[in-house]
Amino acid sequence: MLSLISLTMLAACAPDRPNAGGGDPAKTAVEEIADPTKGLGQIKSVTLNTPLEQERIGRGKAIYDMKCSACHKLTDQRVVGPGWKDVTKKRKPEWIMNMITNVDMMLDEDPEAQKLLELCLMRMPNQNVSLGDARDILEFMRENDGEK
Amino acid sequence: MKTRTTIFKMLALLIGTAAVFSSCKPKGPADVAMGDAASKVYVAPGKYDEFYNIVSGGFNGQIAVYGIPSGRLFKILPVFSVFPESGYGYSEETKPMLNTSHGFVPWDDLHHIALSTTKGEHDGRWIFANGNNTPRVARVSFKSFRTEEILEIPNSGGNHSSPFITENTEYLVAGTRFSIPMDNKDVPISSYKENFKGSISFVKIDPVNGHMNIAFQLRTPGFNYDLSRAGKGPSHGWFFFSCYNTEQAYTLLEVNASQKDKDFIMAVNWKKAEEYIAQGKGKTEKVRYAHNTYDDKTHSATSKMENEVLVLDVSEFPDIVYFIPCAKSPHGCDVDPTGEYIVGSGKLAAMMPVFSFTKIQNAIANKDYEGDFNGIPVIKYEAALHGEVKKPGLGPLHTEFDEKGNAYTSMFVSSEIVKWNVKTLEILDRVPTYYSIGHLSVPGGPTAKPHGKYVIAYNKITKDRYLPTGPELSQSAQLYDISGDKMRLLLDFPTVGEPHYAEAIPASMITPTSTKIYKIEENEHQYAAKGEAQAKVERKGNEIHVYMTAIRSHLTPDNIEGVRLGDEVFFHVTNLEQDWDVPHGFAIKGAANAEILIMPGETQTLKWKPLTTGVVPFYCTDFCSALHQEMSGYIRISPAGSNTPLKFSTGKIEGQP
Repeated sequence: MLSLISLTMLAACAPDRPNAGGGDPAKTAVEEIADPTKGLGQIKSVTLNTPLEQERIGRGKAIYDMKCSACHKLTDQRVVGPGWKDVTKKRKPEWIMNMITNVDMMLDEDPEAQKLLELCLMRMPNQNVSLGDARDILEFMRENDGEK
Repeated sequence: MKTRTTIFKMLALLIGTAAVFSSCKPKGPADVAMGDAASKVYVAPGKYDEFYNIVSGGFNGQIAVYGIPSGRLFKILPVFSVFPESGYGYSEETKPMLNTSHGFVPWDDLHHIALSTTKGEHDGRWIFANGNNTPRVARVSFKSFRTEEILEIPNSGGNHSSPFITENTEYLVAGTRFSIPMDNKDVPISSYKENFKGSISFVKIDPVNGHMNIAFQLRTPGFNYDLSRAGKGPSHGWFFFSCYNTEQAYTLLEVNASQKDKDFIMAVNWKKAEEYIAQGKGKTEKVRYAHNTYDDKTHSATSKMENEVLVLDVSEFPDIVYFIPCAKSPHGCDVDPTGEYIVGSGKLAAMMPVFSFTKIQNAIANKDYEGDFNGIPVIKYEAALHGEVKKPGLGPLHTEFDEKGNAYTSMFVSSEIVKWNVKTLEILDRVPTYYSIGHLSVPGGPTAKPHGKYVIAYNKITKDRYLPTGPELSQSAQLYDISGDKMRLLLDFPTVGEPHYAEAIPASMITPTSTKIYKIEENEHQYAAKGEAQAKVERKGNEIHVYMTAIRSHLTPDNIEGVRLGDEVFFHVTNLEQDWDVPHGFAIKGAANAEILIMPGETQTLKWKPLTTGVVPFYCTDFCSALHQEMSGYIRISPAGSNTPLKFSTGKIEGQP
């Protein structure tokens, strides 16, 4: 079993898919090095509004139900992936959105994402979430964390 | 030292054996594959092949997808045959694809491939294929590499001259190999001449979605229709069919259908037929045939029974069909890239006639006929002839073309490919094949714009080419470089089933639009669970419907109780993944059908009827993650009439909230 796990992990990290990732990892990593807490990907800065945007919350919840809820609970309980309670307090909004939309590079290069992989032993799947949808999910997370 | 001597001795013995062995064969492989052959077919790890080779599977009823030049097998794509590996023909969604007027027919004999074209050139949209036995044609999507439509062909005794297509994919044809009495008439077999008829169906292709419909059928004289090709360029609007058994034999065809010096190439003016149909001259006949379509939004197939066709009897319309005499039992009937030349391959003849479209038109205008057959004009052989290829080899079958005006003809009996110039008819080169070549394929070879570079031989006999595997051997394909003056053997590669025709198309035309996932948002399956919140179990009488989700690495629900003996359980499994190459599988102990493989965003259904009480495990069959082995569940089956409550859950421990 152990050997199977290491085999899978190894295979998942190998650059064997010419078109699976996006962009040039090396280049992006250099650009992003300025603020490692924001993660790696297209999201450089996110503007958060108060009060919360209700329309976004509704859409974010619908996406959560369809694409995320199988692995992430809204409490702090970890099932397959970590529970979402207080995620917006622990992570920068940019990091969260990069994790959602650029998951393969994050798992390969971002130290915080890699720590989570070691914890969960399950690569978070790329669920093909658009940037706009990721922003809606972020709003839903903020509401889940008690923001108004 | 002693060891070394022994090795030398063994080596010498081996070489000696090889030499003796090869001298018994036509020619050993070492004589043919030369120089840098290995580097020409080597595709480095992680690199892509230059061409897709779409290869008919013959008696396996499937299509195989290979890479060229490596000869690597990428996919077996089920079309007319059930495929337990993916659940095709076993899942509730795909069973209707194999419905026919004879009921569910789970096998066919898939002979020919036609890739869609626009202006005579490959356009990378669809793959068409024929079912030879229970007459059918199929359309496969080049995006998903899946069978999307199967249309049964009525009034046909075996769909061999099919699915050849017109220049802009306006029509594909389905010509009957065996003539039969129409309308299922009960007549003596010996009344062949009187009662047996041929039938050529013209299937209209919708230019937007590819949907197929039989536009009309031509009722033709009773003999055998073998292969065909559409005209292109100047000959667009015409179709050419090879015909054999013009003797109209109905027994021991081997002898009795080989009596005449010449059979026919049948030239069909399909634009003229279209005009007659538009004028309402087609007769409606009552028939029954199935039309099956797969929808990638509902992820389900539907089968509809159609009940009529429009028929034009060509004996009543003298300007639709003309016969051209062609040497003994022609097989291939191939049109060159310019559309001017039609090559007839008389498989028992010592030469190959090449006909000129211009001359055929002139002969028709001048009524240069030698007589008629059942009222259909027979054009004088010399009047239609461009010229003959003299002594090309034995048993010419099929011809493909390159972009430089050359033709490549397969010679079954003499096991070789012969290269010749279409205009001058001069033979330029010949190479042996191992052994008994049937079809052959040049990338883009049947189109107006061949891509050239290679010719691939699909051989009927394998014998000693590969490690023996008992009496049944894999078929052998061979790749030749045709970029220079001389053809050069580069590679042998084994193929599955028994390939007949194949086409090759540049990968660059296909890869950019290849489907990676099905969007879960667009899933319209009536039993889809789009998110775990929608997972549930419902009872409808004695049917149990499980709306199940799959994502790395659990199934929801994974505990199901309240099912009773006598129930039928439908597992509707939705794969919630949205990443490329993450299918999940589903299997349950004792299932009498197969597994199902569910692509990301898709829903597929496995029906299962428990036969005993107890607790039965089910699991994911496609290794999906480090915790794949954990991706499983249990279903409890209670006795008939018991009152075990229906319940389901995932992650719930009894006694806890």
